[in-house]
Amino acid sequence: MAITAAPDAPVAPPRKRPQRARARRRNTLIAWSFILPNFIGFGSLTLVPIIVLFYMSFTNWNVFGKADWVGLANFERLLGDGSFQIAFGNTLYYSALHIPLTILVSLTLALLLNNKLRGVAFFRTAAFFPYITSIVAIAVVWNLMFSPDYGPINEILRFVGFAEPPGWLTSADWAMPAVVIVSTWRDMGYYMILFLAGLQTVPRELHEAARVDGAGVIQRFFNVTLPCLRPTMFFVTVILTINSFKIFDLILVMTEGGPGQSTLVLSQFIYRKGFEESQFGYASAASVALFFLCITVTVAQFLWNKRRSA
Amino acid sequence: MTEVMVPPAKKRGLRPLTEPAQDAPRRRDERTPGEKAARVLGYTLLMLFAIGLLAPFAWMVLSSLKSANEVFSVPVTWLPEVFIWSNYVEIWSESNMLVWIRNTLFLAVVVTFLQVLTGSFAAYGFSKMKFRGRDMLFLLYVGTIAVPWQSYMIPQFILLSNLKVSNTLWAIVFLQTFSAFGVFLMKQFYETIPEDLSEAARLDGLSEYAIWRRIMLPLSVPALASLTLLTFVNTWNDYLGPLIYLRDPDLWTIQLGLKSFVSNLYDTDYALLFAGLTISVIPIAIIFMLGQRFFVEGIATSGLKG
Repeated sequence: MAITAAPDAPVAPPRKRPQRARARRRNTLIAWSFILPNFIGFGSLTLVPIIVLFYMSFTNWNVFGKADWVGLANFERLLGDGSFQIAFGNTLYYSALHIPLTILVSLTLALLLNNKLRGVAFFRTAAFFPYITSIVAIAVVWNLMFSPDYGPINEILRFVGFAEPPGWLTSADWAMPAVVIVSTWRDMGYYMILFLAGLQTVPRELHEAARVDGAGVIQRFFNVTLPCLRPTMFFVTVILTINSFKIFDLILVMTEGGPGQSTLVLSQFIYRKGFEESQFGYASAASVALFFLCITVTVAQFLWNKRRSA
Repeated sequence: MTEVMVPPAKKRGLRPLTEPAQDAPRRRDERTPGEKAARVLGYTLLMLFAIGLLAPFAWMVLSSLKSANEVFSVPVTWLPEVFIWSNYVEIWSESNMLVWIRNTLFLAVVVTFLQVLTGSFAAYGFSKMKFRGRDMLFLLYVGTIAVPWQSYMIPQFILLSNLKVSNTLWAIVFLQTFSAFGVFLMKQFYETIPEDLSEAARLDGLSEYAIWRRIMLPLSVPALASLTLLTFVNTWNDYLGPLIYLRDPDLWTIQLGLKSFVSNLYDTDYALLFAGLTISVIPIAIIFMLGQRFFVEGIATSGLKG
């Protein structure tokens, strides 16, 4: 754990101090030389844009790069903008459906695959595959499967007795649930892996002890498995929340926000204002809203977790 | 040396994900009725998951072998009446597939190479060296994982436009290469390599660069493999970055190209489109099958310790 690279540094007599300082400086330079190639890119393409974002949100920056300071005007406009309110509401609606559903499905899958059942090894692999399949392929295939008249999903629903199955992506009420179904299908393998890794840290002795004490499968789940999974559950919730708030590409390819504005979400609102209407200042104000939504909820989750484990 | 080459999942006392998690099942007559019911329920759920998981892929492949009209036949048919293999020939002449694949391949290879190189290099600085401000700097990296890219894509776009790289493939290279994720994943792995090893090498007079190249890189092959595969697949599949930056059709990636195939023609030949989609998924499927262990370990390592 020596601070300097010089092997004799910790016992060096005082008069060697300048030498030690030089060695330390050299060491710092070497450390920076490791970090710099990545940091130059990271700093200029991530950190700087984040800082500039805040400045831009107070200006009327447009496509010609001319910007005047407009104070809080963009934010006042946001508050009165019906599309923004819809986008904000839809983002929360999507998250409220997607987060619990994904946790439920991926945890169930992980619990299943943590058992010695036939075909488990195949599943651990296969369940992950949708996650690495491209959004475009997923969206096009599911769009057709959801097609009210030509799609296999409604065909099956009619077969099992629903005379009038939903219009899915053509219906303002059903478009969002359809998107949630697809995104859950896509994400479940990823979160399943996180849960599976968490399940393997549950001490087997605890299960054995509970079994000897006569606890059934369900009791053991609630009293042994679930408490041991708390760190995993916390991590999954944090990641899942951020990912839900920023949902964009799937919606862009599946519905483009429609029908009407029924699946318009925050990220897409930013995209429309910025890249389609070139109102960079106004779009930045909406970006700041998304930024704070994610940061606030993440910090709140961390504080809540800390209080619960204290 | 052999000891430190064990993948982190094993060292932390976890069973590798590919092995059965529990002891061999107890003899049948030992199972309680509740457990028997649970097994039946388990298999039923597993079957349902299997169908739900694979049906869309089956639908995609089967539709790619239908005729254009048959894709929309009523009632819905799963199997094509006649297998039209020529879809897989026609797609190449009906679209710009070859150009799209060339662009995508270029991006995926360059981004992956730079990401792995700069990521593992920076991770060494963060995990094996000490200097003032190190932890603060790393916190900045990790903190940005909670900031959605969509919230700063506009200033980033203006910056890259001013640098005149917008509407070139380099825009995507810059965009994708310097992700915090790469540094994070590699640092997580380096932390599991004992400090004594690099200390000993220092005493032997190796420079820090030599330690990185001759000790850390060989030891971190599993993590490098994970990062390589995840980055490659992410770049291959990226849709938003190319959508914003690549206006010129000659620069399009396969994702942009296939999407344009849907929206440009009113009477899209969906059978052809599905053939294109299948072709775009095949490389990913192959990479995934060859390296599935590294995908899973990469996610589990970077995930759980976050």
